[in-house]
Formats: sequence, C-alpha cells, structure tokens
Amino acid sequence: MELVEAIILAVLAASTPLLIAATGELVTERSGVLNLGVEGMMIVGAACGFAGAWLTGSIFIGALFGIVAGTMMSLVFALMALGLAVNQVATGLALTILGVGLSGLIGAGFVGERITPAVHLYVPGLTDIPLIGRVLFGEDAFIYFSLALVVGVWWFLYRTRPGLILRACGDNHVSAHALGYPVLRIRTLAVMFGGACAGLAGAYLPLAYTPFFIPGMTAGRGWIALALVVFSSWRPGRLVVGAYLFGAVTILQLHAQGWGVGIPSQFMSALPYLATVIVLVLLSRARTGGSTAPAALGTVFVPDR
Amino acid sequence: MQLVLEKRAERSNTIALISPLIAIGLTIVTMVILFAILGKNPLLALHAYFIAPLTDSYSLEEIAVKATPLVMIAIGLSLCYLANAWNIGAEGQFLIGAVAGSWIAVKTQGTDAGVWVLPVMLVLAAAAGALYALIPAICKVKFGASEILTSLMLVYVADLVLDYLVRGPWRDPHGFNFPTTAEFDPVATVPLLIEGGRLHLGSIVALLVVAAAAILLGRTIKGFEIRVVGAAPRAARFGGFNSNQSVILTFAVSGALAGLAGIIEVAGPVGHLQPGISPGYGFTAIIVAFLGRLNPLGILIAGLFLALTFIGGEQAQITMKIPLDVTKVFQGILLFYVLACDSLILYRFKLVFPNRQVARGTG
Repeated sequence: MELVEAIILAVLAASTPLLIAATGELVTERSGVLNLGVEGMMIVGAACGFAGAWLTGSIFIGALFGIVAGTMMSLVFALMALGLAVNQVATGLALTILGVGLSGLIGAGFVGERITPAVHLYVPGLTDIPLIGRVLFGEDAFIYFSLALVVGVWWFLYRTRPGLILRACGDNHVSAHALGYPVLRIRTLAVMFGGACAGLAGAYLPLAYTPFFIPGMTAGRGWIALALVVFSSWRPGRLVVGAYLFGAVTILQLHAQGWGVGIPSQFMSALPYLATVIVLVLLSRARTGGSTAPAALGTVFVPDR
Repeated sequence: MQLVLEKRAERSNTIALISPLIAIGLTIVTMVILFAILGKNPLLALHAYFIAPLTDSYSLEEIAVKATPLVMIAIGLSLCYLANAWNIGAEGQFLIGAVAGSWIAVKTQGTDAGVWVLPVMLVLAAAAGALYALIPAICKVKFGASEILTSLMLVYVADLVLDYLVRGPWRDPHGFNFPTTAEFDPVATVPLLIEGGRLHLGSIVALLVVAAAAILLGRTIKGFEIRVVGAAPRAARFGGFNSNQSVILTFAVSGALAGLAGIIEVAGPVGHLQPGISPGYGFTAIIVAFLGRLNPLGILIAGLFLALTFIGGEQAQITMKIPLDVTKVFQGILLFYVLACDSLILYRFKLVFPNRQVARGTG
C-alpha cells in the first residue's frame, strides 16, 4: 500500500512540469503561434528559479524568477516571430539553443548548491488518511496550482469573450483582423503566457522535484510538453490525462530499473521518448476527419494597412 | 510613432547577400556587451575567440577538423529545409551512424581484416543514418505525425543506445571501466592527410559533398523539385511533383550525411566510440545551414565560421576563464540575428504615425 501511494505521489510530481508547460503552450498555439522554444524557456526558468530561491531563501520568489525569465525569453520569440514575421519553427529552435547556453551560464555558479525544497501541505487528520491522504492533501503548492491553471485556462478559452477572440485569431487571423481585433497584440500576450508557464514549469524542477540545479536538467521535457499539446487535440482537459500518463511512464521506468528487471537501464530511460513517438503516430493516424489543430497554427501574419 | 513591416515588391538580392554579415556584426556587438557583463575585457575576449585561432597552424587544422561534420550535416539539413521538411534530429542520426560503423570496427578488432573495413564502416554508417532519419519521415508521410517532434525524440534514444553499448557489450576490457571501446585498429581509422597532423580524409569528403549538393541543386531536375516543393507546394502539385517523395528523399539524404559524419568523427579525430563524441554538432549544423542561406557554398563558409567559434571558445576558456556556455549563447544569438536579417529580404521597416492629426494639432 505504501508503495502504491509513493508511486502515485511520484507520478504527480513528475507530471506537473509537463502539465504546466503544456498548458501554456496550448494557449500560445490556440492563438495560432507555434513556439518550439518551450525547452529553452524551461531550462532558463530552471536556472533563474534556482538562483532566485538560493539568493533569497524563498521558494515563492524563486518561482517568480522562473516566471519572469520564461516571459522574457518568450518576448524575444514574439519580437522575432510576430514583430519581424520570421519563420516560427526556426525561431523556436533558436530560442532553445540560446536557452540551453544561457541557463548554463546563469546556473554555472549554482551547481552543487542545495536549497530546502518546496514544503508540502499538511492538514492534521486529512493528510494522515492512508493511501489518499497524502495524494490529495499533502502535495506541494505547484501541483495544486497546475490543476487550477488548467481549469482557469479551460474557463478562459471556452467561457469568456477574450478566450473566444483568442481562438478566432488562431483559426483565421485574416478574419479576426478584418473584425478589428489586434491579432499581433493578442498573439504576443498568448506567447507571453506560454513563456510564463514554461518558466514556472522549469523552475518547478530545482525548487520542488530535486532540490539542486544541474545543467540540462529539463532533459527534453519541453519537447514532450509540445507533443502533449498535440496529444490533447488542443483541449485542456485531455492535457491532464496526457501529462499524468507520461508522468506514469517516467516513474514506472525508474521503478523498473530499481526492481532489477533484466532490461538495461538505458532502454528503460528511452521509454518516455519512444512513447512520445508512438503516441504521436497513433494519434495522427486516428484523426481521419481532418486536423483538430488551430487552422492558422504556425503561419506568418503581417497585417496590411 | 510605430514601426511596422511592409512587404517588398520583390525580394531584395542585395540584402540577401549582406544579411549574414549584418547578423555577424550584430552578434559581435551583443557579445561585447555580454563579455563586459561577465567582467572580461571585451577586446581581449574577441581576440581569443576570432583572431587567436587563426594565428597558429594547429588551430587552423583543428578548425577544418571541426568544420567537417558541421558542413556535412548542414548540407543534408539544407536539403530538408529547402523542401520544407523539418529534420532537427541530425544529432541522433550522427550518433546512430557512429554506432553502426563502430560495430564493424569493434567486431574486427585484433583480427587480420584487410583494407575493406573502413569502406564498409562508412557505407554502413550512412545506411544506418538514413534509416534512422526515415523513421520520422515515414511517420510524417504515412501518419501525418510532426517530424519535428519525432526526429528530436529519437536524438535522446540514439544517445541512450550509444551509452548502453559502450558501457555494456562493447566496453574495452582493458579500459579501466571507462565507458569507451578500445582504440580502433589502423584499418578501421580514417587516414590522415599529412602524417603527424590532425587533418584527415573526412575534410575531402565534406568538400565533395558540398560540390555534389551544388550540382544537385543548381543543375538537376531533382534539385529543382526539392526547391519547388518547399517554396511553392501548390505549384509543385500542379507540376506533378510529389511532396511526400521529397520529404522521404531529403530526410534519407540528410540522415545518410549525418551518419557518415558520425563515423568519420569517431574513426577520425576521436579514434574510438564513447559518449560525448559530439558537442552538439547536429544542432549547431542547423545554425550553419541557416547562416549559409541553405546554399552549399554558403554552408561551407558558415561551417568554417562556427568551427572557429568552437575552437575560439575553448581557447577563451583556457586563457580567460570564459565559460564554454558562452559559445552556445553566441551561436543562439547568431541564429536569431540571421533569421531577423533574413526578414529584411522580404520586408522593409516603415515608420507610421497613427495619430498624425493629433500630433499636428499639438505641434
């Protein structure tokens, strides 16, 4: 029983950075912008988040540092892809290359340092309930926040007027522009939201997942988050399912290595990446009735005046 | 006052020629600021990065050695990008090529195998790289799965395969438990051009690849087809060109070139298979391809320039204690400026004054 509880806790922790980053990217893509730089924004968020927490001793300020860093990175992307109408795929790749370098530079002084990780909630009585107590009432703040974030994004996209306008920009920027909506400004805000989420997701890693910073610690999570958005068919609800499934694959392969199953550890470590490829293939194959992607996703828009 | 983009009537050829130079200039200005922030003398740092490596023959050779894989991979990637197929997993294809070629080297180790070993290694590496690249290409063509994400995921897988082999079955029994194979036999090694130097036959292969790509793109129907499919998909369909075929072909060629580059690196400068044989060649080659304007000759020049930054970065680390990550930041910023300047080929900046009446009234 304790093992089951431990596994569920580990799965939730492993899924949370994926969920936060993917939720941000979902909003960005719903506005019609494909930002492939999630990995770069995350890794800079991780370095800055750790730096913030180590300097101030506060996890909250560390998380804020991560959010600001991710947003700044996304502004560079917005300037290029929206301001200068540069190819979004190439710009996103550049953002990732830059982010990996920057995070190494920022984090160099912090390698080997430790911080006190984010505290977990403790409600006397409730948290002590066997099996579900710690899962429901004993998590860190990031995990509760990630779920609130998904609900908030769902409500925003489907229940508010600005959400509708944002989706309109993503499906047909020419029509949205003709109706008088400031397409580029809306997209910039969506890109910034994506950056803030990616930065927070990156910061989660050194602030709560492991209490130290190592270069390259995102290990492709930003790319998996991008795949998750495809997996979710650009719907927030399915994102939760996808993120927890991927978290489960990650944790199961770790446990399988621990149990000494006769498979080399490298093959188990490759599982999350292989699973991403397989899921992308299966999903793309299953979609017969046209794509569910925002129609204007990844296309350049220069308003004519 | 507001800065907006305005589409040019036709692409500006002048800007197309000078935009990489503008980009390099802007990057250097940014680097000066970065060096100043890091508390290093910017002039000395620039000297260590860009001038010092050009002043001794050892570094010059080393630049050519580093440029070899970059140019080979970037030529393949440029074909993909011209066809609007986004292979960003060249790093994985490079590693798989290195692994496949090394298989022969490891199996013939210490036997009296003849001169056939190296050619077989090269062929096998190219084939393995091509097959590995075909996975995302086929997933894209058959199932519509994003080739960007699948090709990138396979980089991590390739890395782990290599890691497993050199820690497990292929580990050098006399290697003090280090994760590496034994040194390759002389018949499994790429010959040096000058005895005692660093320059090897691979650099000649890279030059041949550049020439072949220039002929393919400039003089053949296939090359024309690749460019049309990428630049004008609708026109290509009317012309009877098949875009799926282009995706498969360009992925296979770029995978083969990356695989070849992988085995040449392992059987050349490195001499054995081990983790970390690539300082991110597959990703840097993306920058090389764009900086070279997806043009073979341009890629050759861009490859030499980025190789210079690798060597210069190492020297700056030794002589001025500038962290190696500065090189990556430099490369990332360079790619940004290259892309931004490319925007000027199609657009021009224009200042508009939306509130002109108001401005007049108060002025």
